[in-house]
Amino acid sequence: MAQLRVKISGFGGQGIVLSSYILGKAVTIFDGKNASMTQVYGPEARGGACSSQVVISEEEVDYPLVDTADVLIALSQEGYDKFLPILRDQGILCYDSDLVTKLHSHDRVIAKSIPATRIAEEMGKKIVANIVMLGFATAQAEISTPDAMRQSIRKSVPAKFTDLNMEAFERGFNYQGET
Amino acid sequence: MRKSDLHGEFFIQGNIACAEAALAAGCRFFGGYPITPASEIAERMAYRLPQLDGVFVQFEDEIASMASILGASWAGAKSMTSSSGPGISLMLENIGLGIMMETPCVIVNVQRGSPSTGLPTSWGQSDMMQARWGSHGDFAVIALCPKSPQEYFDLTVKAFNLSEQYRLPVFVMSDAVVGHMTEKVYIPPVDELEIIERKYTSKKPQDYLPYECEFDAVPDFAKAGDGYRYHTTGLTHDERGYPVMTEECHVKLVNRLINKIKLHADDIIMIEEKDTEDAEVIVVSYGITSRIVFPAIKIMKKKGIKVGYLRLITVWPFPEERIRQLASKVNGFVVVELNMGQVCLEVERCAKNAVTKLVPHPGGGMPQVETITQAIQEVADAR
Amino acid sequence: MPDDKSQQTENLHHPMEEYLRMDRMPHIWCSSCGLGSILTAFMKGVKQADVDFNKVAVVSGIGCTGRVAGYVKLDSYHTTHGRAIPFATGLKLANRDLTVFVISGDGDLFAIGGNHLIHAARRNVDINVICVNNFIYGMTGGQNAPTTPLEAYSSTAPYGNYEQPFNLVGVAAAAGASYVARWSALHMRRLAESVEEMTKKKGFCFLEVISPCATVFARKNKGGTGLDLLKGYKDRSVINHNANPQEIPLDMNGEIVCGVFINKDRPTFWENVLSGTERKVKKTNLYYHDSKTKF
Repeated sequence: MAQLRVKISGFGGQGIVLSSYILGKAVTIFDGKNASMTQVYGPEARGGACSSQVVISEEEVDYPLVDTADVLIALSQEGYDKFLPILRDQGILCYDSDLVTKLHSHDRVIAKSIPATRIAEEMGKKIVANIVMLGFATAQAEISTPDAMRQSIRKSVPAKFTDLNMEAFERGFNYQGET
Repeated sequence: MRKSDLHGEFFIQGNIACAEAALAAGCRFFGGYPITPASEIAERMAYRLPQLDGVFVQFEDEIASMASILGASWAGAKSMTSSSGPGISLMLENIGLGIMMETPCVIVNVQRGSPSTGLPTSWGQSDMMQARWGSHGDFAVIALCPKSPQEYFDLTVKAFNLSEQYRLPVFVMSDAVVGHMTEKVYIPPVDELEIIERKYTSKKPQDYLPYECEFDAVPDFAKAGDGYRYHTTGLTHDERGYPVMTEECHVKLVNRLINKIKLHADDIIMIEEKDTEDAEVIVVSYGITSRIVFPAIKIMKKKGIKVGYLRLITVWPFPEERIRQLASKVNGFVVVELNMGQVCLEVERCAKNAVTKLVPHPGGGMPQVETITQAIQEVADAR
Repeated sequence: MPDDKSQQTENLHHPMEEYLRMDRMPHIWCSSCGLGSILTAFMKGVKQADVDFNKVAVVSGIGCTGRVAGYVKLDSYHTTHGRAIPFATGLKLANRDLTVFVISGDGDLFAIGGNHLIHAARRNVDINVICVNNFIYGMTGGQNAPTTPLEAYSSTAPYGNYEQPFNLVGVAAAAGASYVARWSALHMRRLAESVEEMTKKKGFCFLEVISPCATVFARKNKGGTGLDLLKGYKDRSVINHNANPQEIPLDMNGEIVCGVFINKDRPTFWENVLSGTERKVKKTNLYYHDSKTKF
């Protein structure tokens, strides 16, 4: 595929922007591709609806917006409701099965779910739910090579939380998706 | 001066790339005031300037910020401020002072949806005419429009070079998308960058006149504290820098302030063109919109229409000559911008008999692909 | 040998010629305006402080006093209305070897530029501000100023001023200035001494100089000639260094309490920058990036 357009949605404070940043850095700095990451957020610093998008390409990214997504990662019901319609046919949906409960028809897409937040809570740090989800999406939707993702996480999170985040990534990566 | 030794390939936000470019270009004074979506520049400067023995001041408002960077420049520092529409509105009077006193400095406008408070967290390109004509009076300005974080870096360095070379405040006109967009940015080692410094006078103090030069030239600079004990003012002034309230002096000064840019426009103007030579329709855009137009161009090319692409990297001075040349060969131009028609007026002025079709959008969103394709079709069908 | 009168005159030198732009004389100020003597006292004070004149800069705003920058033979900047202080802040911080004076009027510094004065005093940025207070807008023709006394007449207060004026020394002191003084244009020796002290002193220094405006203030307020106005200011002046600057507002006829009310030391803006950042910046690797900037 020439281009991979990834939309990540949730609410403020979940690390939505950090997730797309880690993804963008993985594919650009560690996989040698090009990526363009843009964000859309409300004026509230926390709690509001939040989404971010990464366009990944072998070539330079000319058009940076995601009108149609190849991959949708949803960490909130609102984000799922809002962006499912822009996921292309046979596009891949990865959602948090505890946070997205009112499901629409998934006939035209490939849906994979993981209780990312619950897994993070089991690890003792709810905050790494986004990294669990990144691991899951790396395995299920091949948004990046796993090695680039691991390096990117290592370079993006505070040193004292590296191990925790690496574990979160592996848990998500190795999780067998529910469809 | 301690040089910035940050270099390499990074995945960074546009606003951060802009701040790093300023530091690489030698900027060591930043005066600013918080405003969305430009604050990341000030935050980055607050973090980095102390590492490089520079000065960061968060002022009480944008008026003070702008006045301070003029003062710092006269002390010999390369200086910068950044803001968005509402803040730039407050800076305008002192931007005029910077132009009149011929003060090198850089102003970054991360444009948001306007007018008034508008859309603080969203984007627009509606301050293009403000940059051109915002401060009162007649003058020439330079404004550069980056389309990506990498170009934001490159053009901020360029803005410093132009401001030093031509001794005036130079605008970097980005927007909330480019400001917050994160992409791969290559920051070269400082020594590999082309850096232009203002020309300091080699004359002795007793022989020096601060504004002595030819009708289209830039006077040599002397900074405070070097013993020149010169005077400068926002009033109309002669080559001594003294206020002179005569028609003759005013005509001479205003003409020179304009000529030093206008008559060197060819050296300043940067544009990017694709497929313009045999085009029927040329899509004109700048900054973020120059990336939004691609899908529409692709569609119309597939339909068999010869569509050219012209991107203004320098919006001011406007590439009048090039538009005139192209106007004689094409059906017309489609101008796509995130305002209700600003740069379009310039294209129209130079297009003469060629059609000019505007695709306007007030910001906060992007024009639909179909709107752009329709405009291209209309211009292709014209005549 | 000088044998005729004209040759004798040629050999005479004006005592201020070393410090003023003689090619710009005569100045534009009205006769009996206080600005001429204030300018003389200013240059005298700087000279007394024994600093290199090449390292002294003057920044002015707009107005009658704003023209001071045009007459001093120093690096001098005549800026926009009200913005001399932030301009001077940039100048000073970008070259901390300079001694920077802002010389401007009451309208420039306290109406349009009031916010900058308050914040520069709060930061204690190392600049010296001389505010020449003539209680009115002179250059624009006698409009009301934030210093115009209650009931005084001005061209925009044809029924008498009904706005409470600012007490300038009180404002400067409250905002945190390190040095606060008030003199009249007649206190030539005291003025020069204050300028000398300000030149030597670190931090934000503020000096108010009460100055007669015969052309508009006296005319609107039956103040007589410029000389009458001067005489009145002299008679009303009382020197009291111990006065609380908050308690000595000015009015039409009352005492003009003069003196050096505040002369204290507190860390300047730049000293605070250095003590605040030095230790932390050294600990910070240039390549360290906090989670927010995420390199």
